[in-house]
Amino acid sequence: MGDLSDLIACPHCDAVYRVAQPAHGERAVCARCHTVLIAPRRRAGEQLIALALAVVVLVITATLAPFLSIDAGGQHNAASVLDAALAFSGSGALALLSLAVAAGIVFIPVTRALLLIYVLTPIVRDRPPAPGAIVAFRLSEALRPWSMAEIFVIGCAVALVKIADLAAVEFGPGFWIFAVLVVLLVVQDNFMCRYSVWKSLET
Amino acid sequence: MEIAGDVTTARDMGLVACTRCTRVWPLGTHKCGRCGHRLHSRDPHAMQRVWAFWAVGLMCYVPANLAPMLRTRTLVSSQENTIVGGAAELAQHGNWGIAMVILVASVLIPVGKFIAIAGLALGLRRPGALGPARRQQLYEVVDYIGRWSMIDVFVVAILSSLVQLGAVASVSPGPASLFFALSVIFTMLSAQSFDSRRIWDIEAVAPPAAPPIPAPPVTKAHPA
Repeated sequence: MGDLSDLIACPHCDAVYRVAQPAHGERAVCARCHTVLIAPRRRAGEQLIALALAVVVLVITATLAPFLSIDAGGQHNAASVLDAALAFSGSGALALLSLAVAAGIVFIPVTRALLLIYVLTPIVRDRPPAPGAIVAFRLSEALRPWSMAEIFVIGCAVALVKIADLAAVEFGPGFWIFAVLVVLLVVQDNFMCRYSVWKSLET
Repeated sequence: MEIAGDVTTARDMGLVACTRCTRVWPLGTHKCGRCGHRLHSRDPHAMQRVWAFWAVGLMCYVPANLAPMLRTRTLVSSQENTIVGGAAELAQHGNWGIAMVILVASVLIPVGKFIAIAGLALGLRRPGALGPARRQQLYEVVDYIGRWSMIDVFVVAILSSLVQLGAVASVSPGPASLFFALSVIFTMLSAQSFDSRRIWDIEAVAPPAAPPIPAPPVTKAHPA
């Protein structure tokens, strides 16, 4: 049968290939369903750690800074991301939704970033993997679909247009921080070669 | 597809693949030795989970459309809007663009997702008009787009926290927001439970010969 660690199976269609490590900037794709299997990048580890640190700092500042502010009829109100998450908290069962919103836009992106820093730092420094690194990376991968910060930003745009007739609305610093954050999250996802990470966690 | 003949699957080789980290193990291994993910060559209970989450998602989607999504109080009036009602009102005021965004995100995408998941699941038994490659694409679209339906819940959250202007105007969330969020979450779980490898099993009728295992083709990455 040979050495199974030389083989790679496409997670989407089960096709098996013999691993031929692509050069940096190249990528190996499944011939049948075109899923990207391996996509190594030069210094990806350092870049990912830097991005993850930026994500943590930005989420925390964006959560506390005023996000949007509104003026109508002499009344003024400003809301932060935290206020938006807590919007559902007043009314019974809707409080659960508050938790879900807070998780999707704040806790899950931060948790993923922290897990990634924990997993990648020893790898980048050529040390043995951190204890529990495998569990940590698995959790980070499982959380990926539930990180919803980018959807929240588009939601802001929709909300703005909805009330633009009623009141004067202004973006606060929180909005711009969050917009930058979304770009970072997308870049982070595209930079990561999961195969390379798993490979380096294998002992 | 033309290259399909060259493809050997892990199952053909008597192996089981880890869908999380792509490592392969001898058939019968229960847990991936690299990432600890549970291994199933084809999970026998996957389709039950798909349908169970699908049904719960659909059940939540009904009250999400019938109950009010937003309660708006102004000096002179107080009103409750359902999802479609809110979009209709925006359209009446001439905001066609935003009305379309809301209708697409909260009606077209969720309904399309229910149909697509059901179609993919039923298509496993009798192959329909779409080939595996198209179905794989459909699955990826459904999997990717699912999260975006949450946009409506976030809009409600933003409006309810922002429009708190005392007597002048205030907005509060209605019960539909909870049902809508649950519907999105359950359809996401349904799509995640679907094992896309089953899409390709239909193709694998050829006897499992043992051709040399090719390396995956290498292309230049698009500048991201």
